[in-house]
Amino acid sequence: MSSTFDTIANIIAETCDIPRDSIKPESHAINDLGIDSLDFLDIAFAIDKAFGIKLPLEQWTQEVNDGKATTDHYFVLQNLSARIDELVAAKGA
Amino acid sequence: MRLEYFLLIDRVIDLNVADRTIRSEALVPTESTIFEGHFPGFPLMPGVLLIEAMAQTAGWLAVALNRFDRMPFLASVKEAKLRTFVKPGQQLLIDAKLTHDGSGFAVTETKVQAEGKLICDATITLRVLEFPNPEMRKLMLERATQLGLTVEAQADG
Repeated sequence: MSSTFDTIANIIAETCDIPRDSIKPESHAINDLGIDSLDFLDIAFAIDKAFGIKLPLEQWTQEVNDGKATTDHYFVLQNLSARIDELVAAKGA
Repeated sequence: MRLEYFLLIDRVIDLNVADRTIRSEALVPTESTIFEGHFPGFPLMPGVLLIEAMAQTAGWLAVALNRFDRMPFLASVKEAKLRTFVKPGQQLLIDAKLTHDGSGFAVTETKVQAEGKLICDATITLRVLEFPNPEMRKLMLERATQLGLTVEAQADG
């Protein structure tokens, strides 16, 4: 997997005290790992710092609430990694 | 401070939007029923209220930086250290600095000083949301004016 996934998995393991080897690319942060919204703020903070981006959590939440996207699109970790890679690429463009 | 109304700061004395910092002041009252319990014969300002004073100061910073379009709510307090006693009648200076502006949240470093000495400090995270209703926003604008939070920070209209 990409180093983006490894970075996210390490952040989640450290922030939420979840064993690192139980965090898989196909894990859903909420449904599988049980991360709640407050813990996800800490994760978003760490991701923002690690990648120099601003995860658009409010926009994502709105899209899910409006039925324009599924939570899988943002919160399955391999998908989250892809979203982060897109944000990093957009920042560098 | 008006402890009975949970108003922990008296006045905003500095707001620097560019540096994303704020400073407020607060006078610990000489008398309050709180001191009857905390503690009998040895009145001390409760540490949780010092944390609340830091949270309120950080909150006004977040309100101002969002030009009164959004409302902060306390989400987490980390690394809170209560370093020395605060007694009735002490004048406090409370500082907050925004260290991270996230999507729907803000991370701040906060501290309280008295007589040039560090009293307490903490990392405070706020959720920053839409105002729950227009009335609340109006009341917050009024309260900001009472606190001296100048209103270049306030939204147009």
